[in-house]
Amino acid sequence: MNRIDTRFNSKKKIVSIYLTAGYPNLEDTVNIIQKLEQGGADMIEIGLPFSDPLADGPTIQESSTQALQNGMTTQVLFEQLKHIRETVSIPLLLMGYFNPILQYGVERFCEQCALVGIDGLIIPDLPLREYKQHYEEVFQKHGLHMIFLITPQTSEARIRDMDEASNGFLYVVSSASTTGKTTGFSAAQQAYLQRVSSLQLRNRLLVGFGIHDAETFQTATKHTHGAIIGSAFINHLKTEGRKGIASFLQKLRGAS
Amino acid sequence: MRYHVDEHGYYGAYGGAYIPEMLYPNIAQLQADYKTILQDAEFQQEFQQLLADYVGRPTPLYFAQRLSEQYNTRIYLKREDLCHTGAHKVNNTVGQILLAKHLGKKRIIAETGAGQHGVATATVCALMGIECVVYMGAIDIERQAPNVARMKMLGATVVSATSGSKTLKDATNEAIRDWINHPEDTHYIIGSVVGPHPYPDLVARLQSVISEEIKNQLTQKEGRDYPDYVVACVGGGSNAAGAYYHYLDRPEVGIIAVEAAGKGIHSGESAATSALGTPGIIHGSKTLLMQTSDGQITEPYSISAGLDYPGVGPMHAHLFTSGRGEFISVTDDHAMTAGRNLSRLEGIIPAIETSHALAVFEQREFLPEEVVVVNLSGRGDKDLNTYIKYFNL
Repeated sequence: MNRIDTRFNSKKKIVSIYLTAGYPNLEDTVNIIQKLEQGGADMIEIGLPFSDPLADGPTIQESSTQALQNGMTTQVLFEQLKHIRETVSIPLLLMGYFNPILQYGVERFCEQCALVGIDGLIIPDLPLREYKQHYEEVFQKHGLHMIFLITPQTSEARIRDMDEASNGFLYVVSSASTTGKTTGFSAAQQAYLQRVSSLQLRNRLLVGFGIHDAETFQTATKHTHGAIIGSAFINHLKTEGRKGIASFLQKLRGAS
Repeated sequence: MRYHVDEHGYYGAYGGAYIPEMLYPNIAQLQADYKTILQDAEFQQEFQQLLADYVGRPTPLYFAQRLSEQYNTRIYLKREDLCHTGAHKVNNTVGQILLAKHLGKKRIIAETGAGQHGVATATVCALMGIECVVYMGAIDIERQAPNVARMKMLGATVVSATSGSKTLKDATNEAIRDWINHPEDTHYIIGSVVGPHPYPDLVARLQSVISEEIKNQLTQKEGRDYPDYVVACVGGGSNAAGAYYHYLDRPEVGIIAVEAAGKGIHSGESAATSALGTPGIIHGSKTLLMQTSDGQITEPYSISAGLDYPGVGPMHAHLFTSGRGEFISVTDDHAMTAGRNLSRLEGIIPAIETSHALAVFEQREFLPEEVVVVNLSGRGDKDLNTYIKYFNL
């Protein structure tokens, strides 16, 4: 069974952390992943940096630019992750824009993912139609879960299509925005999360975009199975480096 | 072989809509409705009226006597430089502002490199009384100050794009991010035949008035509705798409695309995408683009800010790959010389983008009886500073 499914079966209110590979320093990737697992993270999304990250706000853009300057590439990342499964057992996903994956070669990329022990992929700019026509088979052949995004503007019919195509979970974007918003969750957003959770979808729901503290985490997970924290963690790395990762996670979970 | 877009938004292997889900509702709506809206009688009536009375169309097709003598062939110039605001860009923005009104949008965003598309967008927004926000790279804001002032004079807000390389590619990223954050009330007026489907086809259709007029004008002047060659410069490729449009399926018409070689194709400072690019995805479209082997998009260079784009529209990628189009590239030096040559022979100072197209006559021979139409996409006023510096005027 895929590690993502195992995790969801054994745990509620999943904390999934996004990090940019090769940030703040090129060789930090593995150490940060280890510290996140030790600190209690349930799942990790390793971001493959891209020069033109359309869906991301300034925080993740800057971390991507820095990581690329540090020398991160797809091949370097796979080298770094070669022995990751000797020390880390929680689910690991790769999140990246499609162009670097296309240049690496989709089949070769999937083979490498399977080899190092990646469980799933999030590719925000790979459309459903192209995925089904050209890539679904190769992703599945290598045991990789493909996770699609839905937003407050996504129609119910399309949510059901995404649910059908996704495995592992659905990535529920909390608002019409790029990543890194720091305002709280509005009543409309909460109603949206409640509406999606009432659709009886086959996949679990992880909420992302705008979750940055205990309060937003609690609100986001009230009707869902967990949340994804990206920009807030990148900000932590920016100011604290690799220190204090466990207490970052503790604060995020708050009283629960 | 077909050269127009197919029902899924592809030109051969290129095109499509590689967009984050946040943009899906807006793009899906445009995909579903753009053809119907463009063909709507009321839309067409208003569009044609504005093109005639506001833009100043049809633009002349001018037989360049002295230039023709110099190169011993028959050269016509399609005078898009005489459009209101000084370039072909306004054909597209007039059409898209009407489209935005049709869709009930209250706010317009746009990206701009040299500022021509930004000015053309700010112009139609002023005309329609609609809020306008233009994203422009921080570096371009510095080097294109007059156009920044024009946009502000027209009431637009100019936002500096400070991410990445701080030029056109990043301004486009910022505009797309703005759209993600304002999905309901905002329409994004893309300035070229780039971006996710249906933008390449939408912009090409709005610019196709150029080749439609060439057909009529050549019929009167030459007794046939086609030239032997149509020549245009290609950055993203909107003036070229408009000039080629009605000739794409006419094999008797040669299509010549001129890209900016910058300081030389292999100098490391170039924008010749067909020569240096490989297939990939940029701004939501699968096309040819300049990138590293790791798939990171690289920064192009050209003396012309309007050709300074690391990709090319998917239509042009297909014209190149299929062999339908003949692609050549012209260095900064050759372009600047061709610009001065036209100024002195014909009394027309071209935009530096257009100067690249005019340099075709130094690179390639035409027969004396052949009819060659060059799309004179813009006027050179905006480039005076660059001409002054280059020629020590």
